[in-house]
Amino acid sequence: MLSRVADSIYWIARYLERAENVARLVNVNAHLLLDMPRKATLGWQPLIDITGDATLFDSLYNEASERNVVRFLIADGRNPGSILNTVKSARENARTIRDIIPREAWEGINALFLEVKANLPAGLAHRRRFDFLRSIIDTNQGITGLLAGTMLHDYGYDVLRMGRNLERADMTTRIVDVRSTTLLPHESEELTPFENIQWMSVLHSLSALQSYTQKVQGPVRRAAVIRFLLQEREFPRAFLHCVGEVRTCLQALPHNDDPMRYANRILRNLRSAKPDQMPAKKLQKFLDRSQLSLARLDAVIRSTYFALDRKAPIVEN
Amino acid sequence: MAIRWKDYRIKGFYDELLQATGRSRAWARPLCKFFRSISDAELADRRAASDLAIRAMGITFTVYSEEEGGSIDRAWPFDIIPRVIRKDEWDGIEAGLKQRVQALNLFIDDIYHDQRIVKDGVFPAEILADSKNFRPQCVGVTPQNGVWAHICGSDLVRDKDGTMYVLEDNLRVPSGVSYMLENRAVMKRTFPELFEHYNIQPVDEYPSQLYECLASIAPREAEFPEIVVLTPGIYNSAYFEHSYLAQQMGAELVEGRDLLVGDDDCVYMRTVAGLSRVDVIYRRIDDLFLDPEAFNPDSALGVPGLMRAWKKGNVALANAPGAGVADDKVVYAFVPKMIKYYLEQEPLIPNVPTYLCIDKKERDYVLANLDKLVVKPANESGGYGMLIGPQASPKERAKFARLIRRDPRNYIAQPLLTLSTTPTLVDTHAEPRHLDLRPFILSGTRTYVTTGGLTRVALKRGSTVVNSSQGGGSKDTWIIDTDGM
Repeated sequence: MLSRVADSIYWIARYLERAENVARLVNVNAHLLLDMPRKATLGWQPLIDITGDATLFDSLYNEASERNVVRFLIADGRNPGSILNTVKSARENARTIRDIIPREAWEGINALFLEVKANLPAGLAHRRRFDFLRSIIDTNQGITGLLAGTMLHDYGYDVLRMGRNLERADMTTRIVDVRSTTLLPHESEELTPFENIQWMSVLHSLSALQSYTQKVQGPVRRAAVIRFLLQEREFPRAFLHCVGEVRTCLQALPHNDDPMRYANRILRNLRSAKPDQMPAKKLQKFLDRSQLSLARLDAVIRSTYFALDRKAPIVEN
Repeated sequence: MAIRWKDYRIKGFYDELLQATGRSRAWARPLCKFFRSISDAELADRRAASDLAIRAMGITFTVYSEEEGGSIDRAWPFDIIPRVIRKDEWDGIEAGLKQRVQALNLFIDDIYHDQRIVKDGVFPAEILADSKNFRPQCVGVTPQNGVWAHICGSDLVRDKDGTMYVLEDNLRVPSGVSYMLENRAVMKRTFPELFEHYNIQPVDEYPSQLYECLASIAPREAEFPEIVVLTPGIYNSAYFEHSYLAQQMGAELVEGRDLLVGDDDCVYMRTVAGLSRVDVIYRRIDDLFLDPEAFNPDSALGVPGLMRAWKKGNVALANAPGAGVADDKVVYAFVPKMIKYYLEQEPLIPNVPTYLCIDKKERDYVLANLDKLVVKPANESGGYGMLIGPQASPKERAKFARLIRRDPRNYIAQPLLTLSTTPTLVDTHAEPRHLDLRPFILSGTRTYVTTGGLTRVALKRGSTVVNSSQGGGSKDTWIIDTDGM
């Protein structure tokens, strides 16, 4: 498989996953705010912090109002991470390899872009936003299923899953990072009713509530949620699970020494850590390091498989 | 009754399907009868079915549109009434094309070596000196079998007396063959019964012939040499064809950035498994963009060091760089002389009479007769930069007179041929439309000519411009064996 093709597949997976994640974030935040008391200081700023685009956002908008944040995350052409732009980037990547991926997958991605573009006003209108975002998530899940069921399960499929899982792992660490430190700084033995709601919403934003209640007994509490989202092997959006998936994909790929070393190191650190017992500051540092290690893994995957130079190994043919 | 042939008016042209009397030509008779016998509704159905097939098969060409935000794919404009040529005429044309391409390859090889043809006074040195497509970087190189133009697309036109002429030879990156193949596939889907009852020669062996031709020039001994199609990318107007041919041959479709030249001066492609050696590159990129080290340093489409690898014989390029030296409308005028010089044969297909503006006597004639002639620049393709004298305004003719005086080497003139016509569907009836034919000739260890080729038709009434970028369409081309009809 050509490196350029693999590179495009990787980015299709990352962009589609990113679009879906943003859609979940916006939907869940809206629901959360409806449940919170009026004087609560929550609001929409945390979403900007989670996506890591605060500098860009501040240069474009005066305040983190619902209207501004939603526009920025869904429809703003100036934000490379907006749903509009990520879906567009996924489509551009798919377009360059449309003869290689299954025809239905290209059609699905193309249709998703056209749907997003046509329904942007709905996405911004308060009343119709939920359905709009829900439909993006559904369409994306459809494409994922379609790819699993129709594309060759060759190197390309491994690359697709690596892209998706790295993006997922990244989003999970960001959500835990922001929600545990800036949004919910207080730790107390007593369970306040709103704390419970907030942690439930964090689980919601990762479609994790149902899995959590099956796996963890007792009320929804900070420590258990953090442990679940970071270290639960069986939950598909947990940090540990995602990196484990990347590792499984790497095992099927050639010349995997370097990337495997990086993946194994992340897994080792993650298994031995006790993030649920860390105070806020320490947890934040731990998550920062985790994100850096993900970025390094991404870089080494790309240099090994997508950006070969003269020194790369030669295939016998 | 769908097509009433008695309403079909032939006005002083040679028509491919009908005689001047209005009666169909013998080899087109079953076809004309078929279109007469089906109902209007059925004709409309078939036409819709062919449109649907074109959309479903994804047959497109790319045009650039500012309005629609960049490149867009347009459905391929296709006419369902095929163009028919009888096989015994075609056999002669095929022999003539092989002869022509053989002479052209000998000419190119000679030009990059001893230049005997210049020394012997048959081909003027000053024409070579001014050639835009002569590549000094290629001097002294001998590609496999001495073949430079492995894939040639020659345009044929028929004049009013029925004679076929070669209008030009495309030796750089000729395109259109995928549409020839797809046109046939659409016709087979839409009119299966015609193929059952008519002796139509097949065209589908082209991709395997192309594969064999390319495999035959591989520098390494290998059962399955690594063949790639090098494309400028998805925004190129012929991208559909690049992708189609790669798929049909089972070759990898690559862009310049997929390839690199290693320290051993061999070409490799970047793959997930590592660097993989490439033997043959069917390049669909112009010479000047092939290698930024040897040609245009700004080219992002090419591969640095590619010329070095090619000159060392580590990779084969089809067509070879520099082959375009014979793809020049001035050089064209000398092809009949080349055939005599290299092969000691008479040309089997005539050239269109051509006046060279570089020659004073011929230039004076051209300038005095601009209202009767077609003037063409030597190095343009796609019908751009031409003057059609009889249809031009005095102002346009004056402009071309200036251009010719300023740069005579760059212009030729030809009499305006009365291009033949063929019935083309307009709403529910047939009207004559002008057309040409582009067969493709492959030269490896042996020479192969497509059965027929791509028929391009000017869809606008009276127009002779057949290019798809300028309102042209195409038709399936049938070579009919009349034995036993």
